[in-house]
Parts: sequence; C-alpha cells; structure tokens
Amino acid sequence: MTMSAHWKPLFWLTAAFAACWWLPVGSPRFDGALDEALLLVRWYAREHVLFCLLPAFWIAGAIGTFLSQQSVMRFLGPSAPKPVAYGVAAVAGTILAVCSCTVLPLFAGIYTMGAGLGPATAFLYSGPAINVLAVILTATVLGPQLGLARALGAVLFAVVVGLAMATIFRRSEGERQAAAMQVLEEEPARPIHQNILFLATLVLILIAATWGPGTGGPQRAIHGVKWWLAGGLSLALCGQLVFWFGAARTRVLAVIGAVAGLTFLTSGPELPFLAGILGMGVITGGRDDDLGEWFDQSWHFTKQIMPLLLGGVLVAGFLLGQPGGEGVVPSDWVAGAVGGNGLGANLFASVAGALMYFATLTEVPILQGLLGSGMGQGPALALLLAGPALSLPNMLVIRSVLGWPKTLVFVAIVVVMATVTGLVYGVIV
Amino acid sequence: MEVLVLGTGCAKCTKLYENAAAAIEALGVDAELSKVSDIQQIMSHGVMMTPALVVDGDVKVTGKVPSADEIKTWLT
Repeated sequence: MTMSAHWKPLFWLTAAFAACWWLPVGSPRFDGALDEALLLVRWYAREHVLFCLLPAFWIAGAIGTFLSQQSVMRFLGPSAPKPVAYGVAAVAGTILAVCSCTVLPLFAGIYTMGAGLGPATAFLYSGPAINVLAVILTATVLGPQLGLARALGAVLFAVVVGLAMATIFRRSEGERQAAAMQVLEEEPARPIHQNILFLATLVLILIAATWGPGTGGPQRAIHGVKWWLAGGLSLALCGQLVFWFGAARTRVLAVIGAVAGLTFLTSGPELPFLAGILGMGVITGGRDDDLGEWFDQSWHFTKQIMPLLLGGVLVAGFLLGQPGGEGVVPSDWVAGAVGGNGLGANLFASVAGALMYFATLTEVPILQGLLGSGMGQGPALALLLAGPALSLPNMLVIRSVLGWPKTLVFVAIVVVMATVTGLVYGVIV
Repeated sequence: MEVLVLGTGCAKCTKLYENAAAAIEALGVDAELSKVSDIQQIMSHGVMMTPALVVDGDVKVTGKVPSADEIKTWLT
C-alpha cells in the first residue's frame, strides 16, 4: 500500500478526534440544546404520532391504493384541454404525489409526453406541498391557519407559475419527445362512491381525533363529544370494510371487541385508539386483494417517514429549540434574519427554502422551531412554499429534463412568488 | 427475455425488483433482469408513474408493485 492511501482515513480520524476534543459538553448552550431536542421529540411523540400521524399513514396508503392514478393522468395528457390540464395539475399532487420520490418522474412525464411545460411546472410546484401527509401535519403542528394558507397558496400559485413558464418559453414547446404516454386502464374493483365515502370516513376519523378544545361555542361542544364521533365513524368504517371490501367478519369483530374492552378498562383514549390502529393491520394485512395492498402501502409510508420525521424533530430541536426555548442557534439570529414581515425576511426565507433539502415532511418541525425562535408568519409561509418544491439536488434532476435556462427561470419564479405570497400573508394575519 | 424495472430508487422500486427476481427464479426462465433509474430512459418507455415493469419492450404495469405471482403470468 502506498503512503497516499492512508491520507483519507487519517484525515477523518483527525477530524473526529478534534470534534471530540472540543466537544462543548458542559457549556450551557450545548447542554440546553440537547434538552430542547429531547423535549421536542417527546412532545411530538405524545401529541402528534398517535392521533395524527398513524391515521394519516392509513389515509395516504388508501389514496395510493383505492384512487385510480391512471384516471387522473388522462387529464394531463397531450390532448387534454389547457385550462383543465392546469387545474388538474395544480391539485393532482394530493392524489399522485403521496410519496415525494414519484414527483419528479411524473413531472418529467407531463412535460415530455403529456400536457407540456406549463402544467408540468404547476404540478412540480404544488405536488410536495399539497400531498395529504404534508397538509395534515402542517395543519396539526403549525396550526390550521398556516396549513390552509399553505395548501391554498400552493394550488393558486402553481397555476400562476405554470402559466408564467408556458408564456416565457412558448417558442421552445415543439421540441419535445414523441414517446407515447402509456396509460394502462384497470377495471375499478368497486363503485367510485364507495371509495369516496370510505376515504371521507377515514379523514373524518382523523379530524374528530385531533379536534382541539378551542375557545368556546360550537368548537368546544364538538370537542366534548369527539371520541363518540370518532367511535361511531370507526364502526361505520368497519361496516364498509366488511360489506364493500370483503374483510373477514371474525377479525373485524375481534378488533371492535378489543377496542371496546380497552375503552372500559382504561381511562383516556390512547390505548383504545392504538388498539384500533393495530387492529386495522390485523384486518387488512397479509391478503392478496386491494386491502392487502392498502396495508402494504400504509406500512411502507410508516417505515419510510417515521424515522425521518423523528430524526428531523431531534435536529430541529437541537438547532432551534422547542417553541419558547432556544437551541444551538441563538433566537436573536433567527429573529434578525426572518423576524417580522419585511421584504428582506421573506426573500431570505424563500431563497433559503429553495436551496435547502427537506427530507419528506421534516420542513414542519424545522419551521416550528424557527417560528418558536421568532420567525414571522409571512416568511414561514414563504419557506413552506419555496422549500419542498425545490432543493439543490432536485434542481439538478429538473435541469436534466428542462435544461439550464428553463430551470433557472423556474427557480426565480418560485422564489419571487413565495416572497410575494409571504409578504401578502404576513400583512393579512 | 429482457425484463426492466423502471424507478428512481424509492422503496417501491426495490420491492418490484425483488418480486420480479423471485418470479424469474421460481419459473426458471432465461430472463435478464435490470434496473433503469435514469429519468430520461424511464420517459423513453412512456412511463410516468414509477415503479414500472417492462417485459421485452412491453409496459406491463405502472405506478404499483405487482406480486411475484402476478409477474409470473407475464413471463410465460
């Protein structure tokens, strides 16, 4: 072995040793940040995993399994009317982009063989922001207001971004690939109204379970009966599973029995709810029909996203602290860079969001940390809009599809739109 | 026989590759299985919803993971 082969390990060993040598254990800021990280991750585990994330995984799995993606693609084909294509592209992310890794192939497909540049960029912009997991998590962690603003902002501005791209590059539209789009038709397993009612029941269970106490009036009244609502809806879901989806009666009854038993034996909704969630796995798992596929997809999301999210929460807590606390990064810096609602703060948030890579959904805890350290509501929305749609790695993929000029214009439009939206939202709230 | 698994590298694509490999193994057919992860090449098959399975140039499935048994029916 030549001497030069030793340099690389030597370098890393030295770097690791130096990091240990100067490890700032004992300094109040470092130790405080560790506490903050652990407190934040515990708060997530207690407040958001059971009633919000676990049902959300089932919903995401159900969307991927029971809603026909192929039927949506027809509206994004080359012969689709333009206004329809833009509208569908802007909202299609809810159904098509359940997993962030499917966004880029779909985008490339819509561009090269489907409805063209405008709808493709509209889809690329809104997809990551309006997929069902992102909407649910944003609304429950950051508040319904910011959740709604994110979804609406993403859809509206997707159309604007798409139209702007199509207008700027209207001349170069002709050079696209001529490969024919493959749309494989499949026979629907059951009438569409059954699928829609089924999904609506799932979503309503989640809404009932996460309903907050509020300040009074009807919201408080509903809060008082929310577990009765969730229970009734769950029974309706069981009925649907048996009569429409052909689930085994004995298993469904066993799960209902277990949940009811736990409800009487324990106080608080946590254990019965957890039993219900696990029971869903017992009812659907290991089958060859679409119930089995539903289980596979939901379980896949759970395995993929839970570790990422908890890791992201730890990192966010360490860097920024929980709301009101302080992590490694001083709150003054955050407040100085993105506090208030100035043009500078919004622009900074947009550019940072466009360059940064957020692993699926980790933008939510990071943003929560930033808000707690003094970030303004406007810049928060700007970051949410620019962030998941763009990152340095996905810019490179987009470039391989669109080429540099279109990519840079797209990035510029996204940054400008996010900044403007943040400014407007910051003024309104 | 040439069997291609198209996908950008998410877990579903890996699963499809495993199922396809299991199907080929079980049937004992002479098939060459390979992964395609380049987005331009995926597009050249007309596929947008990944993962997708292509057998001898024919797109058999897009956007979902078929079971090994289902894949067997396309290989014979």
